[in-house]
Parts: sequence; structure tokens; C-alpha cells
Amino acid sequence: MEEFTIKDKVAVVGLGESKYYKRGKAPVPEFKLAVEAITKAADDAGIKVTDIDGFASYSDDRNSAVRLAAALGLPELRFANMMWGGGGGGGSGAVGNAAAAIVAGYAKYVCVFRALAQGQFGRFGQAPPVKTISGPMAYALPYGMAVPAHWVALRTRRFMHDHGIDQSPLRAVAMADYHHAQFNPRAVMYGHPLTREEYDNSRWIVEPFHLYDCCMENDGAAALILASADRARDLKQKPVYVMAAAQGAPFRGWANAENAPDYASSNFKTLAPRLYQMAGITPKDVDVAQIYEHFSGAVMISMVEHGFCQPDEVMEFVTFENITAPGGKLPVNTSGGNIAECYMHGLELVNEAVRQCRGTSTCQKPGARISLVASGPMVAPVSDLIVHG
Amino acid sequence: MDKGFWDAVKQHQLTVQRCNGCGAFQFGPEWICHKCHSDKLEWHRVSGRGRVYSWVRIWNPVHPALREACPYIALVVELPDAGNVRMVGNLLGDPRQEPPFDAPVEAVFEDHDEGYTLVQWKLV
Repeated sequence: MEEFTIKDKVAVVGLGESKYYKRGKAPVPEFKLAVEAITKAADDAGIKVTDIDGFASYSDDRNSAVRLAAALGLPELRFANMMWGGGGGGGSGAVGNAAAAIVAGYAKYVCVFRALAQGQFGRFGQAPPVKTISGPMAYALPYGMAVPAHWVALRTRRFMHDHGIDQSPLRAVAMADYHHAQFNPRAVMYGHPLTREEYDNSRWIVEPFHLYDCCMENDGAAALILASADRARDLKQKPVYVMAAAQGAPFRGWANAENAPDYASSNFKTLAPRLYQMAGITPKDVDVAQIYEHFSGAVMISMVEHGFCQPDEVMEFVTFENITAPGGKLPVNTSGGNIAECYMHGLELVNEAVRQCRGTSTCQKPGARISLVASGPMVAPVSDLIVHG
Repeated sequence: MDKGFWDAVKQHQLTVQRCNGCGAFQFGPEWICHKCHSDKLEWHRVSGRGRVYSWVRIWNPVHPALREACPYIALVVELPDAGNVRMVGNLLGDPRQEPPFDAPVEAVFEDHDEGYTLVQWKLV
């Protein structure tokens, strides 16, 4: 029987990003940031930007495929795909959708992008300044439970309670991100190291999250281009192959008013087994991981749900030494990620996963071959990706 | 769909959506029962007693109305007499308290001058 899979049929051939800015600091509109990232990804791949014939994005990106195709003068748009769901849950999923389109023959060069200038539109960290509310939000907003930090903290807190976990894994994630960013000139926090004392003394946003446990809000854009493995071999860069992708949500994972039955979860329990099965590997084979950190606590739970450690091993495994490159057992978020590189809604994590397999990360894990991305913990759907060099 | 809940709250009664077809509870409300897909749903009065499933202390104001209100405790309460559905609210009392997980709590109805009522919680 024919096996239906995208494994090794598609490769990432080009990476690009705009300059990354603090929120409100981009001198050009969000759309132009998107164009800049897409153009750079085409240059990196060694193709003409007009060779792109498909776009995939997520989280209701404002810069539509058809507007981009018109602005860039693409001869023909053959694939325009938007993944449902908010947050960064579609970061890996959009790559999986692009890969599927190429395998299906819909398009030849699909560009996955995300452009987000929170300084030009709303901030994710603030509730809408409304005076009345109806529908599902009425069960939470009047109680001041209004932004992702709040419900991610609630889920994280229960997990910490159930498994006897203290602040140290959260601190390790935040400090690893800042440490990695000090080597990455793209990072907004490049040149701004974080000490343990600064972390411990920083203000609470919502317990258990200090300021540095929270992602930044930024202006910028990131893009990558995928092509068939056959085409990839003739292009400029070393191909990095899509080994597996998965997306989904658990049973009633997006039930309203905090009613997801499996609450103290990052929502990867149903995806991770499918992901590893498609890739034909086990967690032990993963060399380096990029795990979406809107908030540090979600990273430790995601690491458990991808089989890197058991819940009762979190305190021993999720340490600064273990998750930093180059020597850690499993370097995590080696570009600085959402917390210290740029909150490009996790697409910067996909680009970093590819760089690790190219051998061009600014915090390279020596000999890294297999790179995992986990996108958007605790939202639904979430998504996963494994690439290899 | 939500009106029955808020009407009952105004009468200081806590209700949860229940399916007349299979008896399943669900919250927030849906147009159909997620278990048997019946659309014969009703608001069923419950005791208002629950337990703390998770709680957090919020320090950063995210809405103009919260500027003077921080810190405050938001919690998720499980209702054992309604299939363990959960509700979100605030814990009344000292915002610096450390409520134990799974501690028993009771609904408190907070009437507001603007004509609506909220459901809050206090430790029993």
C-alpha cells in the first residue's frame, strides 16, 4: 500500500527576515516588512521572487497572499493558504501546508511568511479597552482574565502543582533565550544580557511569570521558501528537508471558559506521536529544538509532551546547562526565540531550526542534523515540524 | 445562548448547561451537546460549591479598568456536581493570600450598579 507522507519530498530552500524592531520602532508599514522578508528569502534561495507561486501563513496575517502577489507582480498565484487558529499555533502548520501543496503539485515554490507590527496595530498583551462584553469572553474578561499570559499561567500553575515544580525551569528557559541572543546580531536583545539577579528581581506580570518569562512585542517579518527535493538540489543553499509535520488539537481543546478537559497541557500530546512516526525517529534523535515561548512555562510542558523528559524529571532536565548551545543535552531556542530574538509569532523559530541544519546558527549545535519546532503551545490548533540536513 | 446563564446569575443562582438527551454537562454553552449532539439543552441549577483547580495572582493591568485593581487573584473553579465543568472568577479577600489547590470554594454573587451580576468565589 502506498504510504501517504510528505517525508523528505520537500526542502526549505530560502530564509529571510526583515530587520527586527522593538514594538512601534519599524520605520515602514507591516506590508513592506513582509515584502522585505519574502524578497530576502528568494535571494537566499537563489531564485527570482517572481518564481514564488504560493503563499502560506497563519494567525490571520493581515498581508494577504493576493495583495502580496499583486505587489510583487507574480505571474500566477497557484496556492493561497491561511491556517485557522490564533497565537503562534500555525507556525509549523503553515510549513506543513506548504509542503503538502508542493507534494500535491499545486505549486512549485511556496513561501511561508508572517509579518507582525504590533506597534502599528493592536498589542497582544493588552485586552480590548471595551466597557461591555458578550459571548464566550464574558465568562473571563469581567474577572480581569483577559490575555494569553493569564490562561497560560493558569495552565502552567496547575502543571507545576501536580509535579512539584518550582521557578527554576522557567528561569532556565528565559536565561537560555537571553544567552543565545547575545550571539545573534538579528536579536532585538543582542547586547542586553540577563543575569539571574535581574531575572529574580524583575516584576511579576502574572505569577509564575516574571517580566522575562514573557515574549516581547515587536515589529518585523520572517519568511521561508519551500520547493520539491528535486528542485532544491540545484539551488544555492544546502537543502534542509521536511521530515515530518503535524497539526491539531486534543478533545475539546478549545472549549470556552477554560474547559479544555486536559488543562495542564501544552496541547501536543496527540501530535507528538504522529510527528515522530512520520519522521521515523524518536525524541532521542532530535539534536536541537525550537519551542515556542510566549511564556517560559509552556516550554517545559512542551518538552515533556515531546518526550524529552518525564514530568517528574523537569527539575533535573530543564536547566540552563542542558538547554544552551553548544554543549547542552538539548539546546533550545538557539536564536533567542520569542523572548529575546524577536516575537515574529514563532516563525523566527522555524528559520532557526533550518539554520541549525545548515550549520549556520549563531549558536550552532555541532553536527546538528535533526531539528524540531513546536509551535504555539496551549492554543489550538498547535503544530509541529521536524527538519533535517 | 448565554442569556439563561446571566439571567439566573441576576437571581443569584448558578446554572450550567445540561443536555436533556444524555445528561451531559457542558460549559461554556454550545448550541448542541458535544456528547450526543442533541439540541435539547437546558440551564440546570447547581449548588455553587466547587474546588480551586488553578489560580494566579495578576500584577500587570491589561485594561484601563484594572489600573488601580492590581494585584488580584484569578482562578479556575471545578464544579464536582456538574461534571467537573470549570468557571473563571476572582477569589475574594486578601489578594496576597495563597489558596491551596483543590481547596473548597463557594460562589458569591456580586451585584453591580450598572445592572449586571458577576460570580465570584470565596474559600469555604
